Amino acid sequence: MSGLNELYQELILDHNRNPRNFKKIENADKLVEGYNPLCGDHYTIYLNMDGDLIKDIGFQGAGCAISKASASMMTTAVKGVTKKEAEELFTKFHALVTRDVHDNNEANIEELGCLGALAGVAEFPARIKCASLAWHALHGALNSEGKAVVSTEDSKKD
Amino acid sequence: MKTQSQSAVTEIETAPSFDVQRIREDFPILKQKVHGKPLVYLDNAATSQKPQAVIDTLTRYYVGQNANIHRGVHYLSEIATYEYEKARGKVKLFLNAADSREIIFVRGTTEGINLVKDTYGRKFIGKDDEIIISAMEHHSNIVPWQLLCEEKGAKLRVIPMNDRGELLLDEYEKLLNDRTKFISVVYVSNSLGTINPIKKIIQRAHERGIPVLVDGAQAASHLKVDVHDLDCDFFVFSGHKVFGPTGIGALYGKTKYLEQMPPYQGGGDMISSVTFEKTTYNVLPYKFEAGTPNIADVIGMGTGIDYVTGVGFEAITAYEKELLKYATEALSNIEGVRIIGTAKEKAGVISFVFGTVHAHDVGTILDQEGIAVRTGHHCTQPVMQRFGIPATARASFAFYNTIGEVDALARGLRKVKEIFGA
Ligand SMILES: Cc1ncc(COP(=O)(O)O)c(C=O)c1O
Repeated sequence: MSGLNELYQELILDHNRNPRNFKKIENADKLVEGYNPLCGDHYTIYLNMDGDLIKDIGFQGAGCAISKASASMMTTAVKGVTKKEAEELFTKFHALVTRDVHDNNEANIEELGCLGALAGVAEFPARIKCASLAWHALHGALNSEGKAVVSTEDSKKD
Repeated sequence: MKTQSQSAVTEIETAPSFDVQRIREDFPILKQKVHGKPLVYLDNAATSQKPQAVIDTLTRYYVGQNANIHRGVHYLSEIATYEYEKARGKVKLFLNAADSREIIFVRGTTEGINLVKDTYGRKFIGKDDEIIISAMEHHSNIVPWQLLCEEKGAKLRVIPMNDRGELLLDEYEKLLNDRTKFISVVYVSNSLGTINPIKKIIQRAHERGIPVLVDGAQAASHLKVDVHDLDCDFFVFSGHKVFGPTGIGALYGKTKYLEQMPPYQGGGDMISSVTFEKTTYNVLPYKFEAGTPNIADVIGMGTGIDYVTGVGFEAITAYEKELLKYATEALSNIEGVRIIGTAKEKAGVISFVFGTVHAHDVGTILDQEGIAVRTGHHCTQPVMQRFGIPATARASFAFYNTIGEVDALARGLRKVKEIFGA
């Protein structure tokens, strides 16, 4: 698959058109806003926890196809898992989209399930932030009490 | 075989009024391929490309002229000083200022505005005073004034615009009152392309004795600027948007204001004498140029100005008008494209949204076709809010762009449509 076709493959376009868990959760335990001040992408993520378990997750907001599809896929991947498992997924996902595409190490896509569809982002450095925005927001939510705001520019993370 | 005179005649008859292919030869970067496709550079509002002459000037300076200025009696220092001051003369002519002493070198538009805010603003604007800007300002002409307002307890007032992206002059006049102490407005909008009726705005302000700063960052590469005719009190622009190097720009200010203003930064070059008790400041413009300036890029900016004035603004304006018209039609013919900024008076900037496809995705797909456009809010978030959109894609033209490149853009957008099925 060429870079562009891989980036905008059907699964991603589908999550963009029909985002999953695209809902506000009233009285959510945790609410975090993630935004990218450079491009205006802006999402709110709602979490309901049962101890360490992510019982329910929803998101709302607007942004490009990559950020929206990634947020949607993230919600499906972390619903019903523990905080620790979610953080491990984040680490793996982050490694996937920031990997050096020029060295020949095959990306470890299998264990990421549908998240692996975003592997193509690594070829588009300007879009890595789009793919990881929702994950940074989730990470912020899991590690804060109640409400939080996360910006892609806070610590120049990608 | 043709005789010499015959071929000269045919050349004149067939020569296009504006030989864009020949001009492109002067810009080495334009020969480049990006992702295997010829580069189509349509991000000129962000920064323009540099002609070989500017690149050569920088090399020549560092190879054979480099020395500190205004402080040596030796040969190189004299040459460097001469070239530096010659560039000031070029900026003076470029803007049609009355006197070279009214030209102050700064890092760019942003620093120029901050200089005026820190010196004129701090001295003459106080509690409950009002500063007027417009709804289409770049963040660099919003935030400095907000900072000043915060510091002084002054108020920021904003001239609104209509749905085409044109300022409402009636509303502007209603904003003017006895508390209005300063007006700072953009000449050409970087996100909408609107050319504002700056002269009228200045006239109304001057009827009340209010000074006006013009943000000329976009105007300087598209229009013949004449600060005398505009009668503006301050004018700022960036060299890098006028085919010169980055990190350099100029502020024009009327002598009567510059003389009343305190220095901007303290240091070398801006003083005439220093004792621990008292320092007397240097004369204009040096009072505002503390420390070793960006000598090489000042001289490079001078060459950029030579280049653009050599092409000539009459030709540039006419050519870019055709290009804009062609591009506006080409983009309007693509289903789903909505152009943001449809003022009657426009420079070569087309901002647009494309159905439900986000500008970022448009930008990535165009990039794969070798086409460079800017996507996002273009440092004008209030403009995006005014139009209720998060971002636009923006194609901005220079006189080296071609009709063929506009066609490439249109083809690229059809590809976006294919991928997104928009
Ligand atoms: C209208 C306008 N004003 C100000 C600026 C700031 O210019 P600079 O970043 O060169 O200081 C820009 C450039 O982006 C601009 O387009």
